[in-house]
Amino acid sequence: MKNAARLLTKTTALAAVLAATTTPALAQTELSLWYHGAGNEVEETLINRIVSDFNASQGDWEVVLEAFPQGSYNDSVVAAALAGNLPDILDVDGPVMPNWAWSGYMQPLTIDEGLIANFLPGTKGMWDGQLYSIGLWDAAVALYARQSTLDDLGLRTPTLDNPWSGDEFMAALEAAQASGDYEYAFDLGMAWTGEWYPYAFSPFLQSFGGDIVDRSTYQTADGALNSDEAIAFGEWWQSLFDNDLVPGTSQDPADRDTGFIEGRYAFAWNGNWAAVGHLAEVDDLVFLPAPDFGNGAVIGAASWQFGVSATSENPDGAAAFIEFAIQDEYLAAFSDGIGLIPSTPSAAAMTDTYQEGGPLNVFFGLSEAQALVRPVTPGYVVAASIFEKALADIANGADVADTLDAAVDEIDRDIERNSGYGH
Amino acid sequence: MASKLTQSNRAGWSFALPGFALISAFIILPFFFAFGLSLTNQRLISPNPTEFVGMENYRDLLGLAVITLEPGRDEAGQVLRDEDGEIEYPRVRTITRSDDFPQYRGMREWFRWQSGEEAQVVIASDVVFMKALTNTLVFVLVVAPAQGGLALCLALLINQRLRGINVFRTIYFMPVVVSIVVVSLLWRFIYDGSDGLLNNMLAGLTFGFFQPVDWLGNPDTALGSIIAMSVWQGVGFHMVIWLSGLQTISPTLYEAAEIEGASKWQTFRYVTWPGLRNTAVLVLIVITMQGFALFAQIDVMTKGGPLDSTQTIVFQAVERGYGRQDISGGSTISVILFLIVLTISFVQRWLTREK
Amino acid sequence: MASITQDNHGLRLGVRYLVLTLIALIFIFPLVFMVISSLKPDLQLLSDTSSLRAFLPVGDISLNNYTAAFERAPVGLFVFNSVFVTGLTVILSLFVCSLAAFSFVFLSWTGRDVVLAIIIATFIIPFETIAIPLLLIVSQLPWIGFEGFEIGWLNSYQVQIIPWIADGLTVFLFVQFFRDLPKDLIEASRVEGASWWQIYRKVVMPLSGPVIATAAILKFLIMYNQYLWPLIVVQQEAYRPVMVGLGYFFQLNPAWGEIMAYLTLITVPVLTFYLVLQRAFIASIASTGVKG
Repeated sequence: MKNAARLLTKTTALAAVLAATTTPALAQTELSLWYHGAGNEVEETLINRIVSDFNASQGDWEVVLEAFPQGSYNDSVVAAALAGNLPDILDVDGPVMPNWAWSGYMQPLTIDEGLIANFLPGTKGMWDGQLYSIGLWDAAVALYARQSTLDDLGLRTPTLDNPWSGDEFMAALEAAQASGDYEYAFDLGMAWTGEWYPYAFSPFLQSFGGDIVDRSTYQTADGALNSDEAIAFGEWWQSLFDNDLVPGTSQDPADRDTGFIEGRYAFAWNGNWAAVGHLAEVDDLVFLPAPDFGNGAVIGAASWQFGVSATSENPDGAAAFIEFAIQDEYLAAFSDGIGLIPSTPSAAAMTDTYQEGGPLNVFFGLSEAQALVRPVTPGYVVAASIFEKALADIANGADVADTLDAAVDEIDRDIERNSGYGH
Repeated sequence: MASKLTQSNRAGWSFALPGFALISAFIILPFFFAFGLSLTNQRLISPNPTEFVGMENYRDLLGLAVITLEPGRDEAGQVLRDEDGEIEYPRVRTITRSDDFPQYRGMREWFRWQSGEEAQVVIASDVVFMKALTNTLVFVLVVAPAQGGLALCLALLINQRLRGINVFRTIYFMPVVVSIVVVSLLWRFIYDGSDGLLNNMLAGLTFGFFQPVDWLGNPDTALGSIIAMSVWQGVGFHMVIWLSGLQTISPTLYEAAEIEGASKWQTFRYVTWPGLRNTAVLVLIVITMQGFALFAQIDVMTKGGPLDSTQTIVFQAVERGYGRQDISGGSTISVILFLIVLTISFVQRWLTREK
Repeated sequence: MASITQDNHGLRLGVRYLVLTLIALIFIFPLVFMVISSLKPDLQLLSDTSSLRAFLPVGDISLNNYTAAFERAPVGLFVFNSVFVTGLTVILSLFVCSLAAFSFVFLSWTGRDVVLAIIIATFIIPFETIAIPLLLIVSQLPWIGFEGFEIGWLNSYQVQIIPWIADGLTVFLFVQFFRDLPKDLIEASRVEGASWWQIYRKVVMPLSGPVIATAAILKFLIMYNQYLWPLIVVQQEAYRPVMVGLGYFFQLNPAWGEIMAYLTLITVPVLTFYLVLQRAFIASIASTGVKG
């Protein structure tokens, strides 16, 4: 019963070999590749193109792609690792990589360093002083607004050099609310549970001067997530919900998709992957930099990256594929396809949207000027989930200091139980 | 019963064996595995060696203590009160985070009550788990009678000879046919806080007097909303079980009741209900088990929020085991759940025993 | 006199239908919403959710979402996998569980009550809590297939079927039903020299129409809606079932129209199965002659 389909393809492969013994397929070693883009037509087309180009370009390796739905991709990989069934090449979300590297799912990636010299910092997955993964793109978040909204409310347009201060930002939200033209002044995207919370909202915390964990040691969250600065962040966060400036945790995902486009929200906090779709619907869309709450304006960085599994018997083949995939041509193609920031300036110049003067060029600047990677530690996965819950609870009215204390306790206990996560 | 006729070790074991072997291999064995994990510090993902930790996981989940807070006093010894005249107490964190009380380290307030000027505060090692426990119990206590009772009413209603009754029978069963995940997704649209269908319908019915409620976003209504949806979704299934029970009642009993001129209620009370004994036990037990396993609705609709008002035991087990990569903690929860439900089913058996 | 009762009868009949219809509305509205929404483009679908338009096929109606759904994911493959896995499991489960239940109710043997108690206790265990240990077990099990002997059941149909064949609830359903069957019937057959197997096949199972239907529906629903288990044991698209396939539609900006179309499509097999069983149901009601 098992693998009837595979048997079939093997038989046909055998027939093909018998028919034409000169085919290069004969000598090729199979490399399996897992990718998170199942159901995303654009991504599937692009990744398939890289795979077929690579397979045709040389005679040693044949990459075979297996795509997974993004929502359950990490669970699939963890389960496969537990059962000893990992592929050769893995696709991994940047902040999760240290967790997989530390637990022995991945091995260091040995590729020519010259190839990635001018890659954006957020696209290089470093752990324990070694490169484990490399991304074809980076993601960035911006404050979506309409130029007409800024004009109507008489607001200054913030720039990278001179972003809005926290007070200016709050004044803008209050002005939008007072105008009565909007259901909510600002959309944080609370409907997007999961990694969106730590990715999109921890930069606010960092801009206040707090953090999810203490990055000097990575051994505790005490003094970072419950510092006075963090509590100030928590009070601010709660005030957004208390004053009805933003939709709450029960936001309908559909409202998240359409609220800003339909003009029901004045501002939205959204990623560059949504930019292409929004540009098509909103004529005078502008992407504004994150506000500065006192400790610099910050946005998150690092997106999906490729790496090699620890169990791969052909790490050189896997590395060869990854080196092939990070050519500017493909970076530009992915960027044009899904709107993400190409990892190199030279690739950006090849794209329609990120080249100089292109509508999304601003994101390249954002990524360079404001990006801060999420804490690089195997403990991030658990800490992020605890942080997400704390944010949701505070949004729903939980006591700020108590909630952050509890989150600190939980993160610290987790670090302790993992013997410090190898730092 | 003539035991000679039914006594057969060979036939008995060989008939039961396939089922018992499969259950042993794929349910009992993994459960013992999980029990073993609950005594260790095993992580879902980790290069560190597994260590035996005894009952630590159980203590971390079930630890409870009561502390007494003295009211804050000014220099003159007067009790401090806030603007509303409520007594001001020191914050619980001054105790739980103090080095003077290492035994309370990491514990949080679950609930409190006031006795005299003092406040008694129940603190728990794992407040979220305590809330999950109480929410699950509330869920089961409401859903079991509501769903069982409604299902019986529907079954009686549908168990009549009427043209087109099959259409209704099919329609009542439809929510069961659709996956609970799908149903939960649909109901998120219905429960939407601003322009959801439910709010708009209620506003329409009350000519606009009804103020929109954020059904899933408000801690006071979230669990109730999920209960209502769950009853709605599952009632059709139990209707079918009741129906199959109704069909085992011999028609001659009804004929006899009719001849004796019994009223409808009397017929139900003395003919139908006694004939449904085994079915009733079955329905009750199935609903109870399904109630304790409450997970999918929570996962799709609220993720345990807002403010833990919809945390449940199984959701916590999953959240801990997978989300927090703490497979030993997740396993501990499943062992605790098993013990709770086992106790309850013994009590249920005792209550429904043949008298 | 006669005409009055007839009027009265007609009125009561009307009330009955009215009550039945009102209840029917409560049960059917989300599904109407699902089907109607599957015909609308995303933006209209979402804005319609706030009014009764959600239930009406108005505006821009088309089958585009269905075409798009088939382009996005191999819907046919997913439905086939689910129906195949579900169908086989249901059949095997009915057999194995009814056989076990038969031995618990009609036979007495050493250890019977203990085994029954253990089996019933197992349906207290929610699957989610034993998934990881079970994963570790099945990844070590041997199998002999087309490609010879191998270790590990991952990426296959059998890994989705075999662990699910026997379960405490199905056994319990049969036990509760068998307890209501007249014991004399079995003893009479025994006296006539029938073997236990013959009694199971020729006497007990033919009487068990309703419980078979109930158990089959329950098992069908559980199997068809499998999510967590196939998610962790299947890494190849070739073996993916429908609920895992739903993930294909939840991109960061979900395509709600396609989701509704997909949901409608995957609901069809379950509804069909129920309707077929219900026919069997009606037949068994007719034969026993139960009336309300």
